[in-house]
Amino acid sequence: MQTNLADFIKDTPAGREADAILRSCVHCGFCTATCPTFQLLGDELDGPRGRIYLIKEMLEGQAVSQTTQLHLDRCLSCRACETTCPSGVRYHRLLEIGREVMEERVPRPLVVRATRFLLCEALPRRWIFRPAVAIGQLMRPLLPAALAEKVPLAAGGAARPWPRRAGHKRRMIALAGCVQPILTPNTNAATARVLDRLGIELIEAPAANCCGALRYHLHAQEKALDDMRQVIDAWWPDVESGRVEGFVMTASGCGEHVREYGKLLKDDPAYADKAARIAAMTRDACEVLAAEQEPLAALLRQAGADSGERVAFHSPCTLQHAQKIRGVVEALLTAAGYRLAPVADPHLCCGSAGTYSISQPVLAGQLRDNKLAAMNAASPALLVTANIGCQTHLQSGSKVPVRHWIELIDERLNVGA
Amino acid sequence: MSIESSVADRRFTVDRQALIASLRAVLPEQALLVEEEEMRPYECDGLTAYRQLPLIVALPADEAQVQAIVKVCHALKVPVVARGAATGLSGGATPHRDGVVVSLAKLKKIISVDPVSRTAVVQPGVRNLSVSEAAAPYALYYAPDPSSQIACTIGGNVAENAGGVHCLKYGLTVHNVMRVRGLTIDGEIVEFGNAALDAPGYDLLALMNGSEGLLAVITEVTVRLTPKPELAQVVIASFGDVRQAGDAVAGIIAAGIIPAGLEMMDRKAIHAVEPYVNAGYDMDAAAILLCESDGTPEEVAEEIGRMTAVLEQSGASGIRVSQDEAERLRFWAGRKAAFPAVGRMTPDYLCMDGTIPRKRLAEMLDAINRLSEKYALRCANVFHAGDGNLHPLIMYDANQPGELDRALAFGAAILELSVKFGGTITGEHGVGIEKVDVMAEQFSLAEIAAFHRLKAAFDEHGLLNPGKGVPTLARCREYTLARVGSATSPRS
Ligand code: SF4
Ligand code: SF4
Repeated sequence: MQTNLADFIKDTPAGREADAILRSCVHCGFCTATCPTFQLLGDELDGPRGRIYLIKEMLEGQAVSQTTQLHLDRCLSCRACETTCPSGVRYHRLLEIGREVMEERVPRPLVVRATRFLLCEALPRRWIFRPAVAIGQLMRPLLPAALAEKVPLAAGGAARPWPRRAGHKRRMIALAGCVQPILTPNTNAATARVLDRLGIELIEAPAANCCGALRYHLHAQEKALDDMRQVIDAWWPDVESGRVEGFVMTASGCGEHVREYGKLLKDDPAYADKAARIAAMTRDACEVLAAEQEPLAALLRQAGADSGERVAFHSPCTLQHAQKIRGVVEALLTAAGYRLAPVADPHLCCGSAGTYSISQPVLAGQLRDNKLAAMNAASPALLVTANIGCQTHLQSGSKVPVRHWIELIDERLNVGA
Repeated sequence: MSIESSVADRRFTVDRQALIASLRAVLPEQALLVEEEEMRPYECDGLTAYRQLPLIVALPADEAQVQAIVKVCHALKVPVVARGAATGLSGGATPHRDGVVVSLAKLKKIISVDPVSRTAVVQPGVRNLSVSEAAAPYALYYAPDPSSQIACTIGGNVAENAGGVHCLKYGLTVHNVMRVRGLTIDGEIVEFGNAALDAPGYDLLALMNGSEGLLAVITEVTVRLTPKPELAQVVIASFGDVRQAGDAVAGIIAAGIIPAGLEMMDRKAIHAVEPYVNAGYDMDAAAILLCESDGTPEEVAEEIGRMTAVLEQSGASGIRVSQDEAERLRFWAGRKAAFPAVGRMTPDYLCMDGTIPRKRLAEMLDAINRLSEKYALRCANVFHAGDGNLHPLIMYDANQPGELDRALAFGAAILELSVKFGGTITGEHGVGIEKVDVMAEQFSLAEIAAFHRLKAAFDEHGLLNPGKGVPTLARCREYTLARVGSATSPRS
């Protein structure tokens, strides 16, 4: 597409990057077909091609108002458009650049800024988030339905204990994370038990808190970079000493972000190398298991009869679109004897999308309900996903339990354990 | 043939405020976009070389709202440009400076799928692919499959009479549509065609297909569904020389085979798509052919045998047959993504759409290569080879002064050659705004005048999609004058 970026940005690194991305878009419109918000709203401005155009206009120096802000805010950053785009347009980077410029140009009302500040400060801190959730859950029965839905529900199975230390030679680190240990404590425990059976000891570094994704997507770049540095500091000694072989991500949202550490910290001389190294050592839990295919298959055979249970899997956007990991969890579940229920439009976001369910409650609710309807079409016994955000968001509208897939593998391997 | 002249039509004098007020009175608040900031993204369709800010954009949600808009526009003599997914490549949905863009994207209900009569009734904003998805549980599908089928809508398909890689055997949109319902410019609801195969009187249904939004605004379409073949397999043949590939196409048809699809891609096109799709195309080939066979397993085996024999005789350097459905879809995925994938090699492209007699394919490719040198612009070639429909993709950089003009001249030269070779200027993308001038190459003044009389019978004031499809007689004369003395002019 033809571009003519304005002087204020043209010769900056961000401007050059944005220009290159805009130039790679040929305006074919293929991406609009798979965009969740375009599907709901049917307005060019609520699809990727229209958003690209809005950003182009802004970077070319046209006046912007709440209109551009609204349509960029409605973007889930799900990146389904990137999966569809034959021309290789790096939409999410363009959106980041566009959103940054927009934040400067179009002021937010005070209440929005205050909410953002609260989310920014509370969510990544377990010591604030834990009591807040506890109070919210206590009050839940007393709250009006609309508000009650917003209180994050615990999801997944009851937390069973981590395995005893078996002194395995192989060791990996799991990210404890910010909200996950509070809302779905069984996820990392189940991962630890599964890896234990495969001869890998899983450990957590307590000082590694939030991966930084939350604040990064709330436009608190500096604070986000601090979160990342904190994680790196907590992990680095084990990398240096060679005590661990890698990092296992049980939340695809965090995994996607940690994998970007190298790029995000490239301009920080003290951290650039460490960040790149850690990013390269990071795997989603499903990739770790897929790499152990044979021993895993042997263990499953040993464990005996297939459950044959019918489950519906929702692949989080951060897994299928951002990390481009497709079909891996599905294959693991099938290998473990679960029957996968067909889910229509598997590329669509469930509406969780970081803090989207708070900033765009109506769209988030519609997407959630559509996703739940698609997942429940074949009446599965369980709904399964691979990211804490999706799991709690789906659970908030579902009577059918929503689990992390690793819990299902764990249950097959450790029947009665 | 500058871009300016195509869109700067100043026949209409519209009082914008009065128009907005009248539309506000009949539409919900969110259904109108009136600020420049929110209308800019509507200023072009898939043909970005042509951009024009519309007067207003309307987003109706049902037929009644479309009707209300059309009535207001008719009363105030305001041009109306209907828009589907805006994936078109001929500028059929390019806005008019004094007109309302009516986006039909929200009319996207699949009203019914009838497995017994094998038809589906859909609104115009339904995507081509979702018709097939809705029909899949009944082992049926909607046969026309333009490359943009993931995104393009049925309304647009009818308006452009879209084709696709399977139209050689299963026909264009016109062969797969049973009924079209729409609005004339005075807001009257009309229906063309019906459930029966034939109807008395003029075939107005056929007329609607390819009418490019000039005769009516489509609000509902009944499409014919086709049973899924028991088996489909595709053969990929590589050639070291494009001439051999061209001859193989003619050879297959001459052998009496009607493949379900017969497509050709040259080296540049292969190199653009392979990194994205990983279809397994031969990166060393000068051209590849994709030939599909479908039917019962016996029929397919027999036909694949005959196709392979012809391909080998024509000098194919490698032949592969898809082994399962996943592989077949992967082989096609590359072809279907070819246009935008060329966006990886160039910031901008023009996608041409001429047709020529099949036997002249190789000759045409040579000529395109020479033109490519002459205009100093690269060109990737993707052809519906089976029906001689060419899609040369002329690559240019719109940020470089002069390149767009060179690209346009290159494109015009290809179209002139198509006519000269006994073909036409459009196979399936429509004339739109892009080829409106070149119409004079193909039709005489008397023929164009007849088109105008037909148009006037539907739309006396010329409010529906003005400036597209059929050139004014004055512009035909200008075009012909400009070409007098030009050695390439094929008409006498
Ligand atoms: S699919 Fe890619 S090239 Fe096409 S409009 Fe979307 S972003 Fe642009
Ligand atoms: S990231 Fe998701 S919501 Fe945003 S434009 Fe792309 S597909 Fe649409």
